[in-house]
Amino acid sequence: MLRLANIARRVDSHNALQDISLELKRGELNILLGPTLSGKTSLMRVMAGLDRPDSGELTFDGESVVGVPVQKRELAMVYQQFINYPSLSVYENIASPLRVAGLERYEIEARVAQAAQLLKLEPYLNRKPANLSGGQQQRVALARALVKRASLVLLDEPLANLDYKLREELRAELPVLFAELGAVLVYATTEPSEALVLGGKTACLNRGRVEQFGPTLDLYRDPDTFMAARLFSDPPLNSLALNRDDGSLRFEGAEQALPAAVSAELMSKLPATEAESTLTLAVRGHHLRLGSDVSHASKSVARESLIEIRGTVDVTEITGSESFVHFTFMGQPWVALLDGIHAFPGGAAITLYARPHDCFLFNTQTGKRVRKLSGGE
Amino acid sequence: MKVQNNKAWLMVLPMLLLVAVSAIIPLMTVVNYSVQDTFGNNEFFWVGTEWFQEVLASERFHNALQRTLLFSALILAIEIPLGIAIALAMPRRGIAVSFCLVLMALPLLIPWNVVGTIWQVFGRVDIGLLGHGLASLGIDYNYTQNTLDAWVTLIIMDVWHWTSLVVLLCYSGLVSIPEVYYQAARIDGASRWAVFRFIQLPKIKRVLLIAVLLRFMDSFMIYTEPFVVTGGGPGNSTTFLSIDLVQMAVGQFDLGPAAAMSLIYFLIILLLSWVFYTVMTSLDNDAASEQGRH
Repeated sequence: MLRLANIARRVDSHNALQDISLELKRGELNILLGPTLSGKTSLMRVMAGLDRPDSGELTFDGESVVGVPVQKRELAMVYQQFINYPSLSVYENIASPLRVAGLERYEIEARVAQAAQLLKLEPYLNRKPANLSGGQQQRVALARALVKRASLVLLDEPLANLDYKLREELRAELPVLFAELGAVLVYATTEPSEALVLGGKTACLNRGRVEQFGPTLDLYRDPDTFMAARLFSDPPLNSLALNRDDGSLRFEGAEQALPAAVSAELMSKLPATEAESTLTLAVRGHHLRLGSDVSHASKSVARESLIEIRGTVDVTEITGSESFVHFTFMGQPWVALLDGIHAFPGGAAITLYARPHDCFLFNTQTGKRVRKLSGGE
Repeated sequence: MKVQNNKAWLMVLPMLLLVAVSAIIPLMTVVNYSVQDTFGNNEFFWVGTEWFQEVLASERFHNALQRTLLFSALILAIEIPLGIAIALAMPRRGIAVSFCLVLMALPLLIPWNVVGTIWQVFGRVDIGLLGHGLASLGIDYNYTQNTLDAWVTLIIMDVWHWTSLVVLLCYSGLVSIPEVYYQAARIDGASRWAVFRFIQLPKIKRVLLIAVLLRFMDSFMIYTEPFVVTGGGPGNSTTFLSIDLVQMAVGQFDLGPAAAMSLIYFLIILLLSWVFYTVMTSLDNDAASEQGRH
């Protein structure tokens, strides 16, 4: 188990990592999710021992590994770039960490053969990395990481430089490949969808802080903070501040308050501690529906129990099975993800509905979730 | 479908004229001299390959060729490893980079005859800093009388003048290697030597081979510096092919043999450059295909 306690590190006088505490277990897939510069790579470098944290504790299986040189750690790392020895054959590349470790020849041959088989590299063992496709080059790098049988495997956006098809293919193989090692597996990505497909546990990183850490699905369904919800939303999370006038809620800048039933449902489970706080409502794009869809889906649902959102369409992106409708609501850019093809022209008025229990409420000041909703999906 | 576009010839024409005037016509003049003899008065007699046979058989030519080959070999043996070593030691970031680069570029900016003059004065026993300094240390150094001293002076001068070129070429190759390669090597536990052998060397191979080719051709054709410093002496000990050629053509006015020798000299350089180039491209295959991918 890799345990990080209050890890902090400054790089060039800004806080690359702040107060990071995580417990990563062996045999589990741990995902670091965050945008670029959120500290994923910095955190991995600290985990690897390439960088020393300024403060905090880093222990592996109970023993402190702060200051232990990288070479002495049982560690493998794969990068976004395809890093292989350019002048060595694929076989020699995969064998290189084993040669450094001084393994017997038959052992090296056996392990390389096994890794090559798992990663489907057998036909290419005599080639140079430069003569392989990008996907195969990354497979070689992954094989190098695999043969080491390291107890800590760090994958830093390993699929980011691959095209869509190859990415899907390798993404499906990766967790299976490394599962048998019983290693602590850490996987950094910028894509929420990738984290969801991979499963495991996810740590949401933002500006060098862990916003939330837990099973990936829980994190997606039940984010603790506004940031965690935003990081884990693609298309971007829609949000707007709410005004509170004597028990009824009103979107900031809106003239009409939300229907009484909606206000009541949103406020019903508000903890006493949040009685006075200002609130922000957030809803994911796929929870916004057209009026026609709402009435079709559940005839019993009355409009009075829904949040009505009237906006002006900016642009519509149609992927075929889905339409991304970008619109402006109360001066804020919002996105709705609708099933099927909906070709709204720019400037058109659009009315969408959201169910209150699909929405998240956050404390505007602290960014913390003020209410847990049952069955968020 | 094949499209003929004769306009292309029009585009090439200016270049063709320029090359004709600057290279082809002078070369043909030399060829003309090399197969004839003259006693002045613009009278020429056809002698066929006689001059070529004479030059190729002459001990004078053999000696000059050997000296030149030895000089080039020594220059490559010193400047290439030294250039790589300095490039490896140079800083990768910070203000020191510009400082080092300017420092490295300085010798390259000095005209060749000035370099010769600098070292000619620098090495003089009576007034030169180096010569006088060595003499005052009790070291018997005199490049005008001692063959070894003359060679050492010329080689140090060339190393001082041209190692920078190798450094700059190698440095440009080294800085293009992404940081993650070094990081990956550290995680692998690779030694400093392994990092050089398996990451840095393959990555700078291309520029390194260009450096080898340039330094070979330049050192093989060296003329100005030894001409200024030693004038080919003491005796004939630093008379390289180029100096020998000028002595024959301008000093003795043996136009026929000198023309034949120029052509042979030219063919040797062409041949050796071709050999280097062939070795270069065959070694370079991996690097080339790698470039193609990115």
